[in-house]
Amino acid sequence: MPQRIGQYTVATPSRPALLSYAAAVGNKEGDGPLGSCFDYIAEDTTMGRGSWEQAESMLQKTAVQIALKKIDLAARQIDLIFAGDLLNQCIGSTFGLRDFGIPLIGLFGACSTMALSLLNAALAVDAGAARYAVAVTSSHFCSAERQFRQPLDYGGQRPPTAQWTVTGAGACVVGHGEGIAVEALTPGRVVDLGIKDANNMGAAMAPAAADTILRFLKDTGTEPGDYDRIFTGDLGVIGSRLLCELLDKEGIDLRAVHRDCGVMIFDRERQDVHAGGSGCGCSASVLCAHILPEMAAGRLKNVLFCATGALMSPTSSQQGESIPGIAHLVHLRA
Amino acid sequence: MKPTKKEYDAMTNKASPPSPKGKNSVFAFLIGGAVCALGQALLEGYRAWGADLETAKTLVSVTFIGLTVLLTALHLYDKYAKIAGAGSLVPITGFANAMASPAIEFKTEGPVTGVGVKMFTVAGPVLVFGISASMVYGLILWVIGLFD
Repeated sequence: MPQRIGQYTVATPSRPALLSYAAAVGNKEGDGPLGSCFDYIAEDTTMGRGSWEQAESMLQKTAVQIALKKIDLAARQIDLIFAGDLLNQCIGSTFGLRDFGIPLIGLFGACSTMALSLLNAALAVDAGAARYAVAVTSSHFCSAERQFRQPLDYGGQRPPTAQWTVTGAGACVVGHGEGIAVEALTPGRVVDLGIKDANNMGAAMAPAAADTILRFLKDTGTEPGDYDRIFTGDLGVIGSRLLCELLDKEGIDLRAVHRDCGVMIFDRERQDVHAGGSGCGCSASVLCAHILPEMAAGRLKNVLFCATGALMSPTSSQQGESIPGIAHLVHLRA
Repeated sequence: MKPTKKEYDAMTNKASPPSPKGKNSVFAFLIGGAVCALGQALLEGYRAWGADLETAKTLVSVTFIGLTVLLTALHLYDKYAKIAGAGSLVPITGFANAMASPAIEFKTEGPVTGVGVKMFTVAGPVLVFGISASMVYGLILWVIGLFD
């Protein structure tokens, strides 16, 4: 049964394990530094479908299919699937998962959704509400651009602070058994330090990441040095710098163990992605294709995975609202 | 010790590299100027071909619009605009791209609710305020005319 430790953190004493995981990505991500790690790389970002939204759904479906196949589980053996994406009404998930027939709990946590879905899956398994639960999320550069920004072929310049939405999906099967275990989790709070620039998401999300990491460390009485790595979702280079500076003010130096999935997934110079990658699929695909395999190989043992999300919509931005951030944290141990 | 919004704004400004304004300005000047020079060359060409001045001007506009729409459809215009920046925006090409790009993007939502509705999402404000401004100036001109 889940157990509360400290004010904000929940331990999962039965150690729900990540039994299987898979990442499906687009060709740009496949061309990046982690290219050889992904389970599936789409040759063409349309995935052979008629729309970008369908392509994103296909990515999510593919990630779940591969993750299930790796441990020979059928969809009917999965009790719950926690899923979400960036699209209005989460259509990336609902259409991608409609053929599986698995009870779906739809989530929205913007780019933090991988940690959000994973912590929910771990809670459900730990509480005995599910024998097997799947956590999955996706994003697609083209479907995100048309919803949040401009048409793809519109000619414009992106500022150096802008980030590139990852085309990708990651899926984890959580259950009891051998594997990397979820030890504890800290759900995020909405944190807003007044950033309004939609082209500087890293800056908008960094305070949320700092808040969640700080609360986790306080609740568990640990410090960054106790972990092999602390991964954030998609802060990019600017957000990562701000996160470290914010934690400096608290007397915590994160630099030695901190890595950001948004910085890792692309070669920023060669692939022209400015401040780094972003999107739900960013932390999801890096988790499933790099972090978990590294843990399984024994190279990383004690890891914090803290995915970050910017909770704005085009409407709130147009109405002059600032961009609130959220960050959910999952403590993983191999 | 959480920073205030003002303090965090200062931290963010310090951490965020500015756009390369000098480089952008030079490219915008050179490429925007080159487009205008090309326009002038086209005008002279059409004139030499026997078109009168008014027709030649229209033909130049039509040529630029046609070229832009073609480049937009070939997914090349955004790459050009990334380098040219404001140089791609000022001439008639920017407007043509702003109309053509949503038309291509939203054809998945159908010819009416997609192309028809969304075609004006980028260029719509230009039309609204352009026409409004011309009405205001027309009114001013009419008032001045009353006292002539």
